[in-house]
Amino acid sequence: MAVLEVKNITKNFGRVEVLKGIDFSLEKGEALSIIGSSGSGKTTLLRCLNFLETPENGEIYVDGECVFDAKTDKKLNAKELRNRQLNFGLVFQNFNLFPQYTVLDNVCLAPKLLAKNRPDFRANKKAIFAEIEENAREIIERVGMTSRIDMYPCQLSGGQQQRVAIARALALNPKILCFDEPTSALDPELTGEVLKVIRSLKDGDCTMVIVTHEMNFAKEVSDKIIFMDEGVIAEQGPPEIFDNPKTERLKAFLTAFGQ
Amino acid sequence: MGSVSFLSVTLTLLEGFLTTFLIFAVTLVAAIPLGLVVTFGSASKIKPISLVVRCFVWVIRGTPLLLQILVLVYGPGLVFGQQFYENSVGVMIAFIINYACYFSEIYRGGIESISRGQYEAGHVLGMTKGQVFFKVVLLQVVKHIIPPMGNEIITLVKDTSLVRIVGALMFLGTQHKEILGKSFEYVSVNALIWPLFYSGAFYLLFCGALTLLFGYIEKKLDYYKN
Repeated sequence: MAVLEVKNITKNFGRVEVLKGIDFSLEKGEALSIIGSSGSGKTTLLRCLNFLETPENGEIYVDGECVFDAKTDKKLNAKELRNRQLNFGLVFQNFNLFPQYTVLDNVCLAPKLLAKNRPDFRANKKAIFAEIEENAREIIERVGMTSRIDMYPCQLSGGQQQRVAIARALALNPKILCFDEPTSALDPELTGEVLKVIRSLKDGDCTMVIVTHEMNFAKEVSDKIIFMDEGVIAEQGPPEIFDNPKTERLKAFLTAFGQ
Repeated sequence: MGSVSFLSVTLTLLEGFLTTFLIFAVTLVAAIPLGLVVTFGSASKIKPISLVVRCFVWVIRGTPLLLQILVLVYGPGLVFGQQFYENSVGVMIAFIINYACYFSEIYRGGIESISRGQYEAGHVLGMTKGQVFFKVVLLQVVKHIIPPMGNEIITLVKDTSLVRIVGALMFLGTQHKEILGKSFEYVSVNALIWPLFYSGAFYLLFCGALTLLFGYIEKKLDYYKN
């Protein structure tokens, strides 16, 4: 069964139709790359998955369970919305780390706040926090940031900040981890370290949706490619579509990227 | 008359300083959190609330603190013929409300300076709105608003000198009702209340024009974000 199923998502900004009916599905452990030129709706689609935008139409299913239905969900209460959105994690283009917290605290903050909802929180606060911290240290190790665990974001390079941002998203153990152009704000020599981390997640069986302009990376890491153009999926398929694009639009797009 | 020595002058000044410090401390302790409430009120999604709060802030920021002190200390006596609280309480209320409104505007600027990405990051990490504000945004806001708050707090120290006016204008007190008899009402309404309101209106108009001007400049400069 598909871990993620998106049906007929549409989104308007005022009179502009940004998404005109998006359908796709994703199996557990798969990596999906969404490519396309700026303004094609890639980022908006990702934001819809993460409940940062509310689609006008459509449904989203995670593990077969409906987490969003435009017909009924417009007036969901905040708590229910938060629970549903925790199925997803999001890594932003410009990191958005919390500047006043250290690397460790950036990763621990949200899990610690969420732990307050646990019925045994009062009794086991210390143990719960210790467990969260231990888990955070493990994840920070995975992204290779252990040596800078007590530093503040302003003391880190862009690539390091993005690796911490990935750790922060992983700490909540989302079923689907989304990346919004994770390397676009980085100097070319720093993109490698971030891509390496994402690649390692792929080996670790993480289900991912990646909006990216790194064509070679998308081709290498993805099980599935979606090419978006003017708010629709113009072409989708396995990474082989890079070599054999069926549509003129994808051909033109790839040519522009020098593929 | 006792001899005026350096020591006695210093002691008198210290006594005065105690009053200054008391007003200063009470105003800060009450106005800093109240200002936040005012900020939330003026940003409220419930239109009537935000409208009333904004209007209130506009009036308070648009009239002199001196006038507000006079209204709160002598107003009830003049209008209702009796005072419901001590003069010092009236003074404190005037200071607290006045500074809460100024602080709220500083907070608003600070909150607006935080990038949307910080809110979104908190949001996708499953934080509640309150958690995003208190755990993520607040400390960043505090850092941003320290310089303007410093300005405002230094002004507060100097504004405490306005309290002298309450002592100097004792003749306005209700105790003179008996002496003036029937004419008290006439005097209070025509010689005191209306002039107070009317002069307040002038200040409000002048400050209103300035508020519009600065709002315009703020909007003009909104075409870029840093």
